[in-house]
Amino acid sequence: MIEFQAVTKRFDDGTVAVDELDLTVDPGRITVFVGPSGCGKTTSLRMINRMIDATSGSILVDGKDVRQSDPPLLRQGIGYVIQQAGLFPHRTVLDNIATVPLLAGWSRAKARKRAEELLETVGLPANMGRRYPAQLSGGQQQRVGVARALAVDPPVLLMDEPFSAVDPVVREGLQDELLRLQGELDKTIVFVTHDIDEAIKLGDKVAVFRTGGILAQYDTPAELLARPADEFVANFVGRDRGYRALGFLAASGLGIGELAGVRLGATVAEAKAALRDGWVVVVDERNHPCGWLSADHLSSVDDSAAVTADLVLAGGSLYDTEHGSLRSALDSALSSPSALGVAVDADGALVGSVTADEVLRALAAARTAGEVPQ
Amino acid sequence: MTWVFDHLGLLGDLTVTHVYLSVLPVVIGLIIAIPLGWAASRWRPARAILLTVSGLLYTIPSLALIVILPALISTKTLDPINVIITLSVYTIALLVRSIADALSAVPGTVVAAATAIGYRPVRRFVGVEFPLAIPVVVAGLRVAMVSNISLVSVGALIGIAGYGQLFTNGFQLQFVTEIVTGIVATLLLALVADLLLQLIGRLLTPWTRVGR
Repeated sequence: MIEFQAVTKRFDDGTVAVDELDLTVDPGRITVFVGPSGCGKTTSLRMINRMIDATSGSILVDGKDVRQSDPPLLRQGIGYVIQQAGLFPHRTVLDNIATVPLLAGWSRAKARKRAEELLETVGLPANMGRRYPAQLSGGQQQRVGVARALAVDPPVLLMDEPFSAVDPVVREGLQDELLRLQGELDKTIVFVTHDIDEAIKLGDKVAVFRTGGILAQYDTPAELLARPADEFVANFVGRDRGYRALGFLAASGLGIGELAGVRLGATVAEAKAALRDGWVVVVDERNHPCGWLSADHLSSVDDSAAVTADLVLAGGSLYDTEHGSLRSALDSALSSPSALGVAVDADGALVGSVTADEVLRALAAARTAGEVPQ
Repeated sequence: MTWVFDHLGLLGDLTVTHVYLSVLPVVIGLIIAIPLGWAASRWRPARAILLTVSGLLYTIPSLALIVILPALISTKTLDPINVIITLSVYTIALLVRSIADALSAVPGTVVAAATAIGYRPVRRFVGVEFPLAIPVVVAGLRVAMVSNISLVSVGALIGIAGYGQLFTNGFQLQFVTEIVTGIVATLLLALVADLLLQLIGRLLTPWTRVGR
């Protein structure tokens, strides 16, 4: 779909931003370009839609050299999401989204209708369409930026550090949203970031660049964590890569222990009877876990009193038995005050418990079965 | 006051001429200043030259320019065109800087985003860059408009109609009422023109007044 063939970019001052890049972007997948500043990742992205022209080599989109296309027409056919959204402050949200359809010669009514559809696609309420960008939060602006890029339904989407300017919580929401959208749209996405965690979360494949515009490694995130090509990649990927690699191992073989919960509203006597190794998990009326009670804690409370929410100790992270990875299973055990991870089903209802030992046993089994990249 | 009511017809004629002689140069000046300001915002050398030249132009006394102009471009001395050209020059001198600064202040990410989604340069200027420059351009236009309204009076010294005639006549006849009428009329006209420009500016830029 997108192919870099021996692409070099040398700027007028002599700096080489991209050095002999050979890389094929898989169609319908998310490919992330990641690396420190000055590594040529953004330059590489911008050469795809000719915001920057390569000095030598060629870039093919759908088998056609981009240099044979008129830049404005090429760009109208490639979605582009920029840092801080780059929305037009003087146009309403709907008019921002309708920009590319209008450039491409659609009728006003058709462009507007499409913009309304897209507002819904990216999860924004319809009444937001008449607002101006300044009236939106950073995260909402970024969603509008994505909607604008999707307006003429281009097969390729370029995303240039789109989430770098929003706070971490919003960023995580936007990342999840992008993955959800991609699940429906199957676009060929090239995503640039300097954040390796973002790269590993979003990328089907990740290209790690080093300073000087050299491609250090191009692999799946699991491979990258398990087998960094050299010390630069190993350092860039980060210290706890072994732990993070667990995130790519499905926890299907993991043994789930039995765990009986006590309902909110039950008596303290009942809770005491349900204690196991000094702990009992508390659930609400839908059987969703809400925290723990310890023997120590209960000893000072009258037996006939009811178990209320303010008695309960906050629990750790939850492990989702249907979608969770070994990483989330291990984290649930490590973060739990009782050292027992709480396992839930897809709806969030209590299923049982996991221990750190059990996760390590599952990891060893996965190694033996050859599921762990060696 | 009786004098004013006795001469309403004259005042009306003078007002029409005064408005015509002050508004037309603003329109001409704006049309010429837009491409110049765009060039100044785009290329450093152009900026240095254009801003220096327009600064110098503004220091030439208006009377001198009105008087010299016929010799330079062979118009008749009493032709109102001399006033129109002179005031257009001042308008350009004022607006080139405003427009250059306004265009430079358009956020780089917005311009880059416009290019990246497929705008061609001319359409991008008309559709994105210039609209975003409007608040600053309108501020420049207000200064140019008010300054023109005051400068048109200078034309009276070479016999061109406008409120300036009330001053020249008043001085010759030692008639204070006529002079005061000229001052008040000029002030009122400047005020009305300024309010109108403010109103137009507000109508063109609804996005600048939205709260979160």
